[in-house]
Amino acid sequence: MIKSGKLAVIGDIDSALAFKAIGAETFEADFSDVKNVLMDLVKKDEYAVVFVTEQLAETIPETMEELKNQTYPCILPLPSCAGSTGYGAKSIRKDVEKAIGADILGD
Amino acid sequence: MARLNVNPTRMELRRVKDRLQTAVKGHKLLKDKSDEMVRQFMLLIRENKRMREEVESELAVALRSFMLARASSDEESVEQAISMPSCRLDVKCGEKSVMGVDVPNIEISRLEGDLLPYAFPSVTGELDLSIARISRLTEKLLRLAEVEKTCNMLANEVVKNRRRVNALEYVMIPDCEETIKYIMMKLDENERSTQIRLMKVKSLIENAEDI
Repeated sequence: MIKSGKLAVIGDIDSALAFKAIGAETFEADFSDVKNVLMDLVKKDEYAVVFVTEQLAETIPETMEELKNQTYPCILPLPSCAGSTGYGAKSIRKDVEKAIGADILGD
Repeated sequence: MARLNVNPTRMELRRVKDRLQTAVKGHKLLKDKSDEMVRQFMLLIRENKRMREEVESELAVALRSFMLARASSDEESVEQAISMPSCRLDVKCGEKSVMGVDVPNIEISRLEGDLLPYAFPSVTGELDLSIARISRLTEKLLRLAEVEKTCNMLANEVVKNRRRVNALEYVMIPDCEETIKYIMMKLDENERSTQIRLMKVKSLIENAEDI
């Protein structure tokens, strides 16, 4: 089934605003309500890709893990303007460990 | 290993043997699937890692320049300038199957409209540059989202598949084998006891005739 989707960004105002210029919908959130904002977006089912800043994604590991099982939306943790926390790289490592049993990617 | 709870009859024996055969066949198939899935996963995860490193470094530069651009002109005019983006990104999202897992397949139709829909005098040139930078990144970001999602889903599927393989290998197949052995022994035992009974009866009759 092919449908057209939208892009969404969840993050602090500085990082989110930058994506607004390329046509993504921006949602401001902080640590306390990022989970609710994200779940609302997922429920609406009209977004193909949701970018979440790493700082916020780190605070909701269970939700991120849960959403890995469904095809859409793709949740992508991205570094914010404050720099990368290494969360994205860590989650790649975690996937490898899960599937292979050991981290064999190396550095 | 616990043997299955069945009656030691020939019918059950045949049934359990059929089950064992299916289990062995299924085990082989699932194991092959698992191998192939891990191979594909490795290819994808390497790609994922490479793309993420690339995107992260480029995005850091782009976001930093955006922040600087915001700082160098007054906040209101920047927000005003980009609060009504005229360009729209049309993303077609389909699904494709990788090893039986439905993973996202994102197609990007071009950016529509004007990328910089504001009056140039109101903001500095740095903002134009940073927006151009980010928009160049868009396709890579979407590609990364797609690959990363695929990796996530494949990893989960690999785990699930491994559980199935192990369940067959260490539970189902030994159980069936033990049950088959049990039924065979019971049946043999019955046969022997029938034989002995017949022999006993025969000798009884012979003794009676002698007297």
